[in-house]
Amino acid sequence: MKAKTHKSLRILAHWPIAIIICWCLFALLGPLLPLQPNEIDLTRILLPPGEASVLGYDDLGRPIFDRVILGAKTSFLVSLWVVIVSLLIGVTLGIVSAYYGGWFDHVVVQIIDIFLAFPGILLAIALAGIMGPGIENVVIALSTVGWVGYARLTRAQVLSVKQREHIQAAVALGSQSTSIFYKHILPLILAPIIVEASFGIAGIVIAEAGLSFLGLGVQPPEASWGNMIRDGARYLLVAPHMVLVPGIVLMLVVLAVNLAGDRLRDYFDVRLRSSV
Amino acid sequence: MQHFLITRLASAAIVVFGVTSLVFFMIHLIPGDPVEVMLGESARVADRENLRHALGLDRPVLVQWLDYLYHIARLDFGVSLHSKESITSILLMHIPATIELTLIALLFAIVISLPLGILAALNKNSGWDRAAMTVSLLGVSIPNFLMGPLLILLFSMYLGWLPVSGRDAPESVILPALTLGTAMAAILSRMVRATLLEVINEDYIRTARAKGLSRFRVILLHALPNTLLPVITLLGLQLGALLAGAVITEVVFSWPGIGQLTIDAIHKRDYPLVQSCILLISLTYVLVNIATDILYCVADPRIRLGQES
Repeated sequence: MKAKTHKSLRILAHWPIAIIICWCLFALLGPLLPLQPNEIDLTRILLPPGEASVLGYDDLGRPIFDRVILGAKTSFLVSLWVVIVSLLIGVTLGIVSAYYGGWFDHVVVQIIDIFLAFPGILLAIALAGIMGPGIENVVIALSTVGWVGYARLTRAQVLSVKQREHIQAAVALGSQSTSIFYKHILPLILAPIIVEASFGIAGIVIAEAGLSFLGLGVQPPEASWGNMIRDGARYLLVAPHMVLVPGIVLMLVVLAVNLAGDRLRDYFDVRLRSSV
Repeated sequence: MQHFLITRLASAAIVVFGVTSLVFFMIHLIPGDPVEVMLGESARVADRENLRHALGLDRPVLVQWLDYLYHIARLDFGVSLHSKESITSILLMHIPATIELTLIALLFAIVISLPLGILAALNKNSGWDRAAMTVSLLGVSIPNFLMGPLLILLFSMYLGWLPVSGRDAPESVILPALTLGTAMAAILSRMVRATLLEVINEDYIRTARAKGLSRFRVILLHALPNTLLPVITLLGLQLGALLAGAVITEVVFSWPGIGQLTIDAIHKRDYPLVQSCILLISLTYVLVNIATDILYCVADPRIRLGQES
């Protein structure tokens, strides 16, 4: 009996992974579920969670559960694309600039410094605001901000790795630059980049919701947890569930991704390596 | 020191130049014709040409760019498309509210994070430590646009203690500043805990204890001052997050500062005003960072020597 409780407790400790899996599944399988996130019904406006619907209805009588699932799709797709685009640009620039050095490295470092001079998601707010709303523009705006961190991290990692003997040996043996990148440098610097990317996802989820909260993200009929919170803020006193439901879901996903990032970092022992 | 100052200021000058240019080129990211976007599709051709001429968009890009840099250097931000007022005077009108909000948020962040971080560090791996760090993790995971409505719900609607929005009463600033301060407090308390844990293992702390000083005195007068230096640097770096967070917080609470102004300008498609707001916030951040860097070097000679050698 005792062993059994221990086992269930151990499974409970994996809740961040469970939440992340749910997030991915709902995002990918949402379109297959019989959901009606845009069905307006004026007879059930602002109904609180209860028998009729698990999570209640919003100001247009749309089921909040269905809209939260639709919002999961938005945040998942945006996170996925932004991470992919940012990684491609950032890691490539970081490797090339650190490996070759010279004037190109100087230019890249200068550009990184200029982008880092924009505080937080301010640049993304400006870009999304100027390019207009829409999920593609959100991805472009967040990637424009996102690549910088990966470029800086990759550059620093490559600078420390490229002095190692096996790289020198590969150069001396006449290996091609691309094969040195892929076979000898990338595997060594992958762990910290993966850890950085996992924390990056938490930031992107918040940033996407933030842009949508400001009215600069996805537009109806698409849903985002951010614009659900914005709509709900107007009915805070009469229907707090309109803010609480998407808010708690957003918070849980961000918390889960952050905790998963912590575990990845411990697993790869990244902090230890960088401090040595 | 002189060498450090010169190189630091030179790189800052390049960053300022880059940021200003980037902000200038933003307007060319508008899909299609910027003038058409600003006026709407139904505008007459003559109106479009007038606006194009007024904005100088009919000149070569290079000329526009140099002209923009020239005017910014003289602190002339141009005229708002919407209200036709001078942008400089609009900015000046909204700056005090944002300064008030960020400074009080900073104060809240320090008042919350110091005790939380010290409590966690002194009781390492205890229930207190875990509780403090859980609170801090929650603080990082709750974005401003959720924290704001939650605080309004609790303090304005259920308890009725504080106003929901605006800047009419002196106590109006409490909720927005608390919203903005909590995220920063979360990061700061982790930093305070980590640095304090390092410092209390130092020899001079053991010496202070050994010569009979009380635990309280040792922490307050010997450990804490040495913890504060890295914390202050982090404060400078975090100010950027604070300024960006202020944009969203100001919108949540209808706080009449630069952030609210930026978002209003975006929705009204008043692009010159948007550019000026973004430029103002970014340049403030750059300047604060330089100031932090220089202060840090003045306060800690080891950094200075390390850079020069």
